[in-house]
Amino acid sequence: MRTLFPFAAIVGQDQMTLALTIAAVDPGIGGVLVFGDRGTGKSTAVRALAAVLPEIEAADCPYHCDPARPDEACETCRGPKRGRKQKRTGTIRVTVPVVDLPLGATEDRIAGSLDLERALSAGEKRFEPGLLAKAHRGFLYIDEINLLEDHLVDLLLDVAASGENVVEREGLSVRHPARFVLIGSGNPEEGELRPQLLDRFGLSVEVKTPQDLKTRIEVVKRRDAFERDPAGFTARYETDTSAIREAILRARRRLDHVAVPDETLEKAAQLSIRLGTDGLRGEITLMRAARAFAALKGDGAVVWAHLAALAPLALSHRLRRDPLDEAGSATRVERAVGELAAA
Amino acid sequence: MSVPRPAHPAHPVAANDMAAALPDEDNGAAGPTLWNEAVLALTLLAVDPSLGLRLVARAGPVRQALLRRLDAMLPGATPVRRMPAGIDEAALLGGVDLAASLAAGRAVVEKGLLAGTDGGIVVAAMAERMGDGAAGLLALAMDRGSVPIERDGISTELSAEIGVLALDEGMEADEAPPPALGERLGLWVALAGADPRGGEAVAPQAAAIAAARRRLAAIRPDEAAIATLCRAAMAFGIVSLRAPQLALRAACAAAALGARAAPSGEDLEAAIRLVLLPRAVTLPEMPAEEEAPADPPPAEDEPATDDAAQRQAPRDGREETHAAPEDMTVEASEAALPADLLKTLAAMIRPDFVRAGAGRAGNFAKRARRGRVTGTRPGDPRRDRLDLVATLKAAAPWQRLRQAERAAAATHSPPRRLEIRAGDVRVRRHRGKAETATIFSVDASGSAAHARLAEAKGAVERILAECYVRRDRVALAAFRGTRADVLLAETKSLTRAKRQLAALPAGGGTPLASGILAGLDLARASAREGRTPLLALLTDGRANIALSGAAGRPQATADARDAARAVRASKIAALVIDLGQRPSAEARQLAGEMGATYLALPRADSGALSAAVARAPRGAGDARQQPR
Repeated sequence: MRTLFPFAAIVGQDQMTLALTIAAVDPGIGGVLVFGDRGTGKSTAVRALAAVLPEIEAADCPYHCDPARPDEACETCRGPKRGRKQKRTGTIRVTVPVVDLPLGATEDRIAGSLDLERALSAGEKRFEPGLLAKAHRGFLYIDEINLLEDHLVDLLLDVAASGENVVEREGLSVRHPARFVLIGSGNPEEGELRPQLLDRFGLSVEVKTPQDLKTRIEVVKRRDAFERDPAGFTARYETDTSAIREAILRARRRLDHVAVPDETLEKAAQLSIRLGTDGLRGEITLMRAARAFAALKGDGAVVWAHLAALAPLALSHRLRRDPLDEAGSATRVERAVGELAAA
Repeated sequence: MSVPRPAHPAHPVAANDMAAALPDEDNGAAGPTLWNEAVLALTLLAVDPSLGLRLVARAGPVRQALLRRLDAMLPGATPVRRMPAGIDEAALLGGVDLAASLAAGRAVVEKGLLAGTDGGIVVAAMAERMGDGAAGLLALAMDRGSVPIERDGISTELSAEIGVLALDEGMEADEAPPPALGERLGLWVALAGADPRGGEAVAPQAAAIAAARRRLAAIRPDEAAIATLCRAAMAFGIVSLRAPQLALRAACAAAALGARAAPSGEDLEAAIRLVLLPRAVTLPEMPAEEEAPADPPPAEDEPATDDAAQRQAPRDGREETHAAPEDMTVEASEAALPADLLKTLAAMIRPDFVRAGAGRAGNFAKRARRGRVTGTRPGDPRRDRLDLVATLKAAAPWQRLRQAERAAAATHSPPRRLEIRAGDVRVRRHRGKAETATIFSVDASGSAAHARLAEAKGAVERILAECYVRRDRVALAAFRGTRADVLLAETKSLTRAKRQLAALPAGGGTPLASGILAGLDLARASAREGRTPLLALLTDGRANIALSGAAGRPQATADARDAARAVRASKIAALVIDLGQRPSAEARQLAGEMGATYLALPRADSGALSAAVARAPRGAGDARQQPR
């Protein structure tokens, strides 16, 4: 298997790497949507994420259940009896999965289905886990999510929100844990995502190709150096990579201790009202993201600066109430942030 | 298809087709040069297969001759496998061989095409027909150098270092390999007009290629080379950063071929020609040569050039932001390239790729996998849903016979209670809901503008908003002056549609026939991809420009009538929306010829119009109501 381009070596695209890092700190944030032109390093960044994250302890079962969370373990881990005596399947260490969902994937392959050859050859009814099972405790990456069929996007968002995949068909009745961070990317010029779905992603980033020649040259140069000597190049960025890894781990430990003062909550609410976002999802996500950001920075409490920095990521995709509105959503959020800061 | 083709290129797409289809019109001297270019591209692919090559050519002796060269160039054990356009996921990734498994009574795993071609070249036939799914997997293998395998609890990755040679036979505007794949293919070469006779390019043999491959790793491009390629990419308005990366690799491959330690100016030039130029969306404008665009080169020199240049300007709305600031830099760069090279290169742009990027996969035979179940048929349960009961029913009558057969044939295999063979397997047939597309052809002539173009724009905008909610696709063509233009190929992106509509200028004559044909072309393209198109023609019906571009009401009206009949003949659902101040007889008559529903633009009520589009009957022509 080819070495992946190191996360630390990605040039520019700070917003995208920030969003991914925050999702790594708090996976409950609800997925990241990355929209932008082709060839801006979206896929590279997402796939590179796995190498940054520390290995996880997992049960030796098809789903790599979390030994620390026996309540949501799969049937294999719980053992045949319904009792609370948990059968200890051995634990192994695995890298955090980053699963690519190819555009043509069928529902069967995503959710899992009857293992046909077993059924036909041995007469055994067995469930063959799909991509959702593979992505458990990791990331599920869909390039060109805007071109994915609507019913598949619905399925993915449902499972991502509930953390559990339920398959009821072909005489099967299987449920298994599937907690993952959904990362979707695409180019809005080629098709848009339904507005109802936009809202269900936690953070959104709009990536652009860097416009200045220096950055572009640097991107091409690093890519060339990487392709020439993947191992050496990765080794050169090892310190940076482990620094990011340490920062994420530290932030995770600190996350529960970051205070969220009432006045910050009030500010978040004011911001949402000013922007006219629907529902409370925007505020809640903004709060969580700002908390993860504060933890990342090593701050003890969430303050206005954190909110202001994260507001474009957490809110800009929730504004599109009028599909014909052309004003950049991120600009509108920034303006509202500016107004609120001045007030 | 008995549709009258416009004698004169009525809109850019048609002109484009003609240039591609008529190689004979290219001047004779270009043939060998084009051929040499193609051989060079092929050689670079042989040196570094991961570069990828998109070869736009129709099947024929020229392409055959070129592909034979590839076989001679590749070092001994390089696997070359052909990939048909309709390949399914299982065949690409590998999976269970159903027929073999059933016969053997145990899972027989077959290695997929991608893993099977590890270290070699996948030749994708009819790449313009390739489905998004297959393209996605190819792209994945190209990105990662491996493919995931998940069978029987085994979860692993098989090495699949592949190069892709995409044979693109696309001829229509919407036929191009899926963008996810096209983007990753470095070298783009069009073969139309190439002539192997007289081409002096001698392709190196396998030994030379193998030597070049060994040298490749040691090639060190200097900073200036990288900068040059990045500048060139920006000057051509190429957004993606993959393009300069691929160009750099092409330059390195060229240097390896020439046994140079670093890419020379020539290598860079070749890389720009083969990788960057075909993707150009804007032409670099040199401040020093302001008069150049105004004074196009002589027509016989390169007939398509100025045409292509003109066409590109409206194609890309981003050109100002991308190209303008860099023009100076290109000229000022003291790098390895001569200052006027970009301009010389720009003159070489051939129309074959102008359409590229905008196209989508020609996914014409998309079978529904969901929706209402309409029956069962024999099939492959990995592609469609298995109908277990029907499968058992099909197998039941043969059981006694098969048991006996097995007992007689193979004594070592244990008797099975149920003998199911591949031919018994039944799958469900679904009737899916087809996607719909609304194609607008808008009359932007002076007469219509004078009447109610603003209202029409408002109405179209309103319909667009509804299309967005219903997830319809939309396309937009406009006609005025002497020609019709496709402003927007079919898309789901509403923002672009709106932008195009807002910028629509008005005035000039009414080339109604061209407008109808432009809309019809879009509708046909949409139907080919399995969607249900509706053609909405907004006009006052007063044609005064004939298909040939000549003024004159009688000929224009006759041409429009012919075009309308063509719409009817192709059974495309249509709607004529009358923009006249008061309902006109011409528009009503036109609707009659077209078999379309006639609708007078309700005064200041775009809502009613939008409701009419939503209600408009679609699909088979017989469902249409005929205006009396």
